[in-house]
Order: sequence, then C-alpha cells, then structure tokens
Amino acid sequence: MSILGTRVLRTEDPRFLTSGGVYTEDVVDDRLTGACHVFFVRSPVAHARIEGIDVSAALEAPGVIAVFTGADLAELPKIKPGPLFNQEMGRPILATDKVRYVGDPVAVVVTEEAYQGEDAVELVDVDYDVLPAVVDFADAVSDKVLVYEEAGTNVAANFGDASKLDQHLFDECEVVTTRTILNQRVAPAPMETRAAAAAWGEDGRLTAWIPNQGAQGTKGSLARLLGLEPEQVHIITPDVGGAFGAKFGADPEHALVAWVARQVGRPARWTETRFENLVAMTHGRAQQQTVTIGGKRDGTVLAYRLEIIQDSGAQVRIGAMLPFLTILMTPGPYAIPQAESVAKSVITNTTPIGAYRGAGRPEASAALERAMDLFAAEIGADPAEVRRRNLLPPFTEPHRTKFGALYDTGDYVTALDKVLAAAGYDLLRKEQAERRARGDTMALGIGLASYVEITGMGDGEEAPPQENATVEVHPDGTATILTGTSPHGQGHATAWAMLASDELGIPVDKITLKWGDTDLIPEGGGTGGSRSLQHGGSAVRQASQELIEIARERAASQLEASAADLRFDVERSAFEVVGDPDASVPLAGLAEEERLVVRTVFTAPGATFPFGSHVAVVEVDTETGKVVLRRVVTVDDAGFVLNPLLAEGQRHGGIAQGAAQAFLEEVVYDADGNPLTASFADYPFLSATEVPSFELADMQTLTSYNPLGVKGIGEAGSIGATPAVQNAVVDALSHLGVRHIDMPASPQRVWQAIQAAKGNA
Amino acid sequence: MQVELTVNGQQRSDDVEPRLLLVHYLREVCGLRAANVGCDTTSCGACTVLLNGTSVKSCTVLAVQANGQQVTTAEGLGTDGGLHPVQAAFRQEHGLQCGFCTPGMVMATVGLLSENPHPTETEVREGLEGNFCRCTGYHNIVRAVLAAAEAERAGVTP
Repeated sequence: MSILGTRVLRTEDPRFLTSGGVYTEDVVDDRLTGACHVFFVRSPVAHARIEGIDVSAALEAPGVIAVFTGADLAELPKIKPGPLFNQEMGRPILATDKVRYVGDPVAVVVTEEAYQGEDAVELVDVDYDVLPAVVDFADAVSDKVLVYEEAGTNVAANFGDASKLDQHLFDECEVVTTRTILNQRVAPAPMETRAAAAAWGEDGRLTAWIPNQGAQGTKGSLARLLGLEPEQVHIITPDVGGAFGAKFGADPEHALVAWVARQVGRPARWTETRFENLVAMTHGRAQQQTVTIGGKRDGTVLAYRLEIIQDSGAQVRIGAMLPFLTILMTPGPYAIPQAESVAKSVITNTTPIGAYRGAGRPEASAALERAMDLFAAEIGADPAEVRRRNLLPPFTEPHRTKFGALYDTGDYVTALDKVLAAAGYDLLRKEQAERRARGDTMALGIGLASYVEITGMGDGEEAPPQENATVEVHPDGTATILTGTSPHGQGHATAWAMLASDELGIPVDKITLKWGDTDLIPEGGGTGGSRSLQHGGSAVRQASQELIEIARERAASQLEASAADLRFDVERSAFEVVGDPDASVPLAGLAEEERLVVRTVFTAPGATFPFGSHVAVVEVDTETGKVVLRRVVTVDDAGFVLNPLLAEGQRHGGIAQGAAQAFLEEVVYDADGNPLTASFADYPFLSATEVPSFELADMQTLTSYNPLGVKGIGEAGSIGATPAVQNAVVDALSHLGVRHIDMPASPQRVWQAIQAAKGNA
Repeated sequence: MQVELTVNGQQRSDDVEPRLLLVHYLREVCGLRAANVGCDTTSCGACTVLLNGTSVKSCTVLAVQANGQQVTTAEGLGTDGGLHPVQAAFRQEHGLQCGFCTPGMVMATVGLLSENPHPTETEVREGLEGNFCRCTGYHNIVRAVLAAAEAERAGVTP
C-alpha cells in the first residue's frame, strides 16, 4: 500500500523536542571560533537628517572592538529599487544623510561579548535634525513632505492608470455600494528573530549562516549587497524558526555582519532582539482599499472595482510589489462580468513592508469578500446566497481571467456548500435570529469567505516554475535527498522522504533530507508562495523514478536478464525477474560499485490555484465591543493531500494568523511615526486563549499540473480566515445597522461602530 | 559570582557575571541550547525551563537567583534515548512545526500538568497563554497537552 496520503509522523521531531533545533544562534562551528558580536544603533525617530555621529564614548566602552557608520561603508554599492519603481529611491546600506523610519540602522557596534554590545550601542551619540514624518496614506499621497526629496514624490510606482478607469463600469447596476477599508499593517513576528553568523576563509570566500527561506536566493542578494560575485558566497541554512515570507533573501543587516567580519578580521555574529525585530524586520499587508461593487437586486454582481494604496514603508522592498499580486487576484472565485483595479505604492516613514503569509493575495480576498458582504447587505440578501449565485461554475479546463491569471482547476460552489454544511449554517442563522429576537447583548456573528489563490508561481509564463532534486541510494540501504526548497516548519524532511520511499521502498526514517547549503545545492527556488510540494516534491518523485530506471539497467546486467523482464518490488526494495522471484537484487546493492544518484529538474506548466471557503463564528458583546472567536470551519482544497498531518498543521497555522489579523493584531504608529507596538508586551501577538480549536473539512480537487495532483496549502488559512472573521464581526452587528468595521476588530473599534450605528438610527 | 546549580541532574559550579540571565547561563555556559530567547519582555515563553519542578521563564531569572536550585531543560526531560510522555504527545499530535517555541512549550506543559494533571481544553489554553507559537495556531499543541494528560491517566505512553 502506498504511503502517500497517510498520516506519517515527522522524522524531524525528536531532535526538536529534546536537544532543540539548531538555529543560527545555536550554531557551533570551528569557523566561528572567537566570533565578535554585532549590534546595530537604530534611529529612534521616524524622519530626520543626520547632523553628526559621535562614536568616541562607545569606542571607550568595555569590550568594544570597533564602531562603524555609513561613512565607513562607502565601498559598498547603494541599494537600488527594481526597474518598476522610482529610481531615485535608492539608499545606502547604513543611513548616512537621513533616517527614514524608527529602526533605520545608522551605526554598527562590534564587541567581544554580547552583553557589552547592548551597553555600548547606548553610547553612540547621533545628532538628529528631526523632520515631519509621513505616516498615513493621505500624507504620503499628498507629497507635502517627501521621504526621498530627490524622487520628487512619495509614489514608488503606479500599477495601472487611475485616470483611465471605466466611467461606465457600473452603468448596468441596480445597486452600487462603495467603501474605503483598511487592510492593516501587521508583523510577521516569527518566533526566531533574524540572525547571522559570518566567517571569511583564507581563500577570500564568505561563509554565512543565515535563517532564510531559500539559500540560493539569499546567496544572490547577499553578494549584491556586498558587491561580490555569487561564487564568493557560501550560504548555510541552519534550522529556521519560522519565516512567513519575511526571511526571503538577505537583508542589509546580514550583509553588514559579513562586512564587519572581513573588516575586523574575525568571524562575527548577530541575533536580533525582539524590539529590533518588530521595528526592522519587514512588516506585512498595509493596504488602503476602496472597493466599489454593483449588481442586480436578485444578487447578481455585475461590476467590481478595487483601488489600492499600498504603504511600502520607508524603502522599496517586496511590499511595494504586493499590489501586483492583489490586482492579479482581483475577481477571486467569482464570475464578475466587469472588474478593474489600480494601485499606487507609496513610501512612508515607517518600517518597510515585505511579504507576509499570502503576500498580496490575502489583501485581494479581504477586499473582495468584504465587498460581497457589503453588496449582500445592500440588497438584504444572505451572504451565502450571494456568493453561490456569483461563484464560477466548476471547471476542469483552465480558466483565464481578465487579469491574466490562469486558474487550473476549481469547484468553488462545492467548497462553499461543504463548509456551510460542516458549520451547520442554517442552525447558526436560526440561533442568531433567536438571540436578536430576545435582545441578547451577546450577539452572534457568522462570517463567510470564498477564495481562490495562486501558488507556486513561476517568473511569468515564459519562465515556468521549476525545482530540482537529487536522490541518492547508498549501499547500506539508506538514501539522501537534496532539495532546492527550504523548510522552516513545514515538515519537508518527512514529506520528501515519503515521496522517495514510495518509489524506492526505503523506509522514511532511513532517508535524510538536505537543503540550504549553496555549495551542496547551488540551485533552488526556496520555500515561499506555497510552492514547495508541487515543484520540489514533484522533483523528488521524478528523481526517484529516474533513479529506478538507472538501477533497472544495472540490475539487468547483474541478473543477466533483460531490463524489460525486471520488476521493481517496492515492498522489498529489490528488482526481481518476472516469473522468477528468487532471481533478485536489492536496490541498495546496485549502489555498491558505482554511486546510484540522480539529479533532476521538474518543470510545471504554470502556477496552481487552490481554493476554499471559510465560516467563522464570533460572539460580540454589544455592551463592551469585545469579540470572542468561537469557531472557524474551513474547506481548503489544495488538491491531493500527501500527509494529512502536515497539511492540517499548515491550515491551522494559517487560520490562526489570518484570524489574528481580523480581530487582534496591528502595528500601530503615532502621528510622529513612533511605533507603539515594538515589543511583545505591546504587539497583541495571538495567544492560545484567543482562538478555538479549528474544524477542517476535507476536499481534494486534483490539478493536472504535476503528477501528484497537489497545489500549495501554506497560505490558504491566512487568505480565507481574515475576511471570514471580519465578516463575522460585522454580521453580528448588522441588525444594529453596522455595515463595516476596519481590522482589527478591537473592542474600541467595535464599540465605536455600535455607537455610530445607534447615532444613525 | 560563584553559583552552584543542579542542571538536568548534574551538579555544576560556575563563576558568572551577576547580571547573567539564567537562559544565557544555560545556553552559553552549560551549552544547553534547547531553551530559546524569543522576546525581551517575558512574553513569549520560548525560554521556559523548570526551576525546582516549577516552570519559569529563564529570561527573567538571573543565574545567581537560581543558585542552589535544580534546573530541568528539555534536554534533561526524556529518559535514555526515549521521549518524555509530553514530548511523545507533541510528536504524535504534530504539536510543533518550526520547533523554536517547542522546548519552552514542552516545559510549560510539564509544569502545567504537574499542577493540574487533568486539565480541560480551556485550562490548557489558559495555562499556556504565556507561551507563544506562530506556526501551529495552538490547535495541535492543545491536543498534544490533552493527549499527554490522558496518557498519564491511562498510564501509557502516547
């Protein structure tokens, strides 16, 4: 029986549970002996000119080896925005003329011991001439204060032409409703903060240990930051304590640790504090969205428009690109005849925005699902009925949207029906009506979200998605897999071993997975955008199958039989001559004289489009505004499920992060750009008491884009749960006249919405 | 300052800086790196260890405060080659993903179950409120804790 599709326990768990993972800070390596410690002096103000930096007191402090400022880094190349963006928004690796957000690094302190660095950073005296800060969307768009004067604007890029929006888009509609809503800024906050360790060899090569999502991409960006050739850089990826999109590539701090190591002539290490992490690791989301939706009173949606302002923070990073994905997914799972969207990415004096679980797609779903509910409320229809009426019918041949997305397979109505049945939707509506009838102050809210998302994207249709894998069988009956993907909690070691085991007949616990070492695995796309299993896993399967064919030739020669007469018995992991089971040779035996190893590249025809529907149930105390999340029921269809244990884990985590955005988490700045959520004492990181256990319903619609039939599951939860929970909160209060509450639905916001609705009544 | 501690059953004597945190003592002096530092504010619990059998956040205890006491970390929890029932339950229920919060979560669970051997789901959630996890959504962690409690009640290893 095939092991695929079964609940195999993780092979990686025992060491995580006993000795703990070996994260970058835990790495013990001869090359790092005598490492110095790197600390960053960061700007305490959001926007200021640097008038001077006095490092003399810091240099006198115990254990200080060196202090560097931007002036010392003149040799390093300036960081330039990508070609889509305003080219005058480049910046040096350490701030020299201006600081542009609280947390912007201005100096580096290098000490013998870690505690000494924490003391010495306090002694670096930076003279700031404080400037007005650009904090909110309106300030940014107004261009009254410029974050990059040389750019002449705060707009980093426009996506589409806002002046060319169709003036007649809603002409056929009986009902049109519009609203400007916030998809607020949140912190990825992986439990392991950023870190680096760096050592230079006598050959002039850099070895850098960096927690990342793809060593090969990290190698490229680290080399660029340091002005090196990629082959001069060797990246080693230790265990990674969560990433959620925020550990792609190399950050300036990583480059500085490497630069310091070369400058002081000894290895260097850095581990970010949580305070630094919450102000200097990229944040996520941060879109202001204006949704306009119109249609007929029977519930048919005829037109939808999405206008986005993307807060990119103080630098052009991945965040400035997010509208690209949001726009791509504008119409979601619906057959909306007319839809259009435009976006503007703006620079502000806040922490740069990057990718966060879903990166642009949750924003698209949140806007659309809020719009569907606004439309349903406007015509007085049940949100489930409005969705069912407008969802695309099931399709097995790819569906091309006007926005260029090519949905591979989908059955959105079934997903909706399944989740409604699993949640007991009709009973929930009945209970809601009863509570309302008796004037219960504890209002019940039921929220829906239907979504489709894109996973495993390539680089446009000319460069289809690819991933490589190497599989080697050893004479002792074990096997090794090398992958270009990069796990950080997903369980690749178990899943990839299952795939190889299924072909090779070698037990899962005898298969070792290696990743993240660029000398060992020079190419790879890493893990992100829910790509790993569909591309990396498919490559493992393909390599294993190719390996069997090579082994078959060897077995034929050894057994003096025709290859065509051989059968590979997976149960025994041996080749046998058909009709003569005694004439057999074990697979491992075929590796004795010559290495039995295959490297292959899997190429997919394109991205895949998982989909699903979520139902969230909340209770809202109408007297205090407090929201309690009671249930989240989901259908997340990502095709074939290789290991339900792992897939459920991905869904749980995504649901929790998505829900947290809806009613708890938010990065807050004051009007001067001071972060008010810069520690875990202030940032309302989701805890175990704030979520229920989740209810998952199964649905598996296969894709033909890979032999496994799998799509990505990593981001599904966070895409569906956010609008479902937000819609539930609004739904709880709809009888009071509440139509919208921005996220997070904090008691204050909810209470204010209730009061405002009362005022309108 | 000289401190004498029993760490995972082994007696130690070390000269430490008075301000050295227990978590850094364990990690840097003892070389026990299972406990992690995840925040600066005693919020996240990644550093949780047992001090005389009670779970504490070792980022908020000075090494000198632990003088003369017994410390147990995740490394010292299992028996020779085997997982402690709580560790086994976390594996069985997939109560960990990236693993960073895991040693602290496991130690907090051991502490919780020693105080309340048969917790309800709500009591588990409240008991672990001070231990953050970003990967699991807590769902499988809660299941693991309940499974460990159940296994202990039934006298079997999960």
